[in-house]
Amino acid sequence: MHRYFKTIRLFWSTAFASQLEYQLNFLIELIAMVGTLLGSVFILSLFFTGGRQLGDWTWESALVIQGVYTFLDGLTNALLRPNLTEIVNYVREGTLDYVLLKPIDSQFWLSVKKFSFAGLPEIILGLSIVFWAAIQSGSTFSSYSLFVFIISLLIGFIILYSVWFLIAASSIWFVKTWNATEVLRALLAAGRYPISAYPVILRFIFTLVLPVAFLTTFPAEAILGELKFNILFFGLILSSLFFIFSRLFWKFALKHYTSASS
Amino acid sequence: MHNNSSDLIVVDQLSKYYRVANKQPGFKGTLKHFFDRKTSDVPAVTDISFKISPGEVVGFLGANGAGKTTLLKMMCGLIHPSTGFVDVGGFSPQRRQTAFLKEITLVMGQKQQLIWDLPPMDSLYVNAAVYGLSDHEAKVRINELAEMLELGEELTRPVRKLSLGQRMKSEILASLLHKPSVLFLDEPTLGLDVNAQARVRSFLSEYNKRTGATILLTSHYMADITALCPRVICIHKGKLFYDGDLDSLANSLSPSREVKVELKNPCASEQFKKYGEIQDLNDRFVCLLVSRDKLTDVVSNLLTDFDIIDLEISDPPIDQLIGELFIKGEVN
Repeated sequence: MHRYFKTIRLFWSTAFASQLEYQLNFLIELIAMVGTLLGSVFILSLFFTGGRQLGDWTWESALVIQGVYTFLDGLTNALLRPNLTEIVNYVREGTLDYVLLKPIDSQFWLSVKKFSFAGLPEIILGLSIVFWAAIQSGSTFSSYSLFVFIISLLIGFIILYSVWFLIAASSIWFVKTWNATEVLRALLAAGRYPISAYPVILRFIFTLVLPVAFLTTFPAEAILGELKFNILFFGLILSSLFFIFSRLFWKFALKHYTSASS
Repeated sequence: MHNNSSDLIVVDQLSKYYRVANKQPGFKGTLKHFFDRKTSDVPAVTDISFKISPGEVVGFLGANGAGKTTLLKMMCGLIHPSTGFVDVGGFSPQRRQTAFLKEITLVMGQKQQLIWDLPPMDSLYVNAAVYGLSDHEAKVRINELAEMLELGEELTRPVRKLSLGQRMKSEILASLLHKPSVLFLDEPTLGLDVNAQARVRSFLSEYNKRTGATILLTSHYMADITALCPRVICIHKGKLFYDGDLDSLANSLSPSREVKVELKNPCASEQFKKYGEIQDLNDRFVCLLVSRDKLTDVVSNLLTDFDIIDLEISDPPIDQLIGELFIKGEVN
């Protein structure tokens, strides 16, 4: 376990050093990041001028959802995108061979090798919005609701990660995973709004088929103290299943890779 | 199959087939390919058996696509064999157990593992962490290998600024950090200039002597093989057709020697036919292949029959022999 923590630390410090290596590029990334932030804030401000309710959500509480979305989007930019879009290159260039011959879990390596620090401000902004809006909507935090919030965020992240990893792992067959990542961004974007703002049929799909509700709505409900325990329980089981499935799928994909590559 | 304790690697009747889809050209072929895919099994490696003892340096020879890389990758566990058996140090490679992975390493000349934008040193410490080495162990090990490889400042310069030779040496350093006892090298000198090739070679030979590590290597450059590998395994179209020491391969390949003659006056080719097989005839220079038993007679006859300025006798170059061997497809 200690070995894995030390490896992550070195992965991320080298990732940071790589990003600093090109000063101009780093500057541009910083500017792009500020742009993204401004974009997020602008969309949020639209919420304030609207003044109506979304579903049965007041719009301070809808703002909590925006905060959770911003947080997950930041985490996606920092961790999921840099790593999982890289899997295609490992396959195409054949450097996956080196990863497979390291005495470390290959899914671990491929999932955490990189970390883009440009995602960090969005993560911080997202969390700030969550807490600010939760206070505005009159929520009083208890250590219990904070705990449930963290667990439900974790559930959301694991589901998002697993779906993304599944698609990225399929590049072992297709070598190019075209714009699969765009599909996932759209999935995440669907979570910008409270799930009850959607028509009933979409609500059903977003909860059970594409678990968008678990990404943003449920964590927001958790911090507002409204999340039902059975949903949290269901989420724990669902995210574990997604994660286990992603691991099994990776093992299956590797079996194909190692019997087909040369 | 019993693994004798004196054998480190046992390969027994190993085969690998790839399933390949065949597509006819044109739109019609594309449609057909989409709906009704015809596949066939293409053999990459067929029924290969050999054993390797600890500390041996073995060269794998073969033309492009002969199956060398497939064979190497089956031994390090990257490719599952279709049929047959591989054992490396008591492990079944394809299971890729941690204990096995810590004993082996793979260097591929055309693929790199160092982080492109950072100095090799950063990648080295990442590798050290992955293999569970402490910072102190890593430092000692890096210094030791850097000295053997004659690497210094290069290790703190971004990889993208290094020459190909420096980069390859750094790659080798990165893959030897964890003291592997079995080295798989796939074209480790690919693209390097003659000096850099020689340095990699002398390093490998010294590493083998110092640590007793077993080295298996494929190379296109005969010089790598002649300098490093007392034993060669030749593979042609997926089949093993020679396994033994390099010297006897050369002898069995060429029962004849090369006689180069420089004449005072140009002569017609007909005049040389009776002495041996004419390899080359160019104005005043003649190159003949003469069988060993007739060599002395032929040379004395040549000296009496012609006005000769210079005469040279040598073995035909080994890579030429191997090339001919692959065309003929068998050893004499």
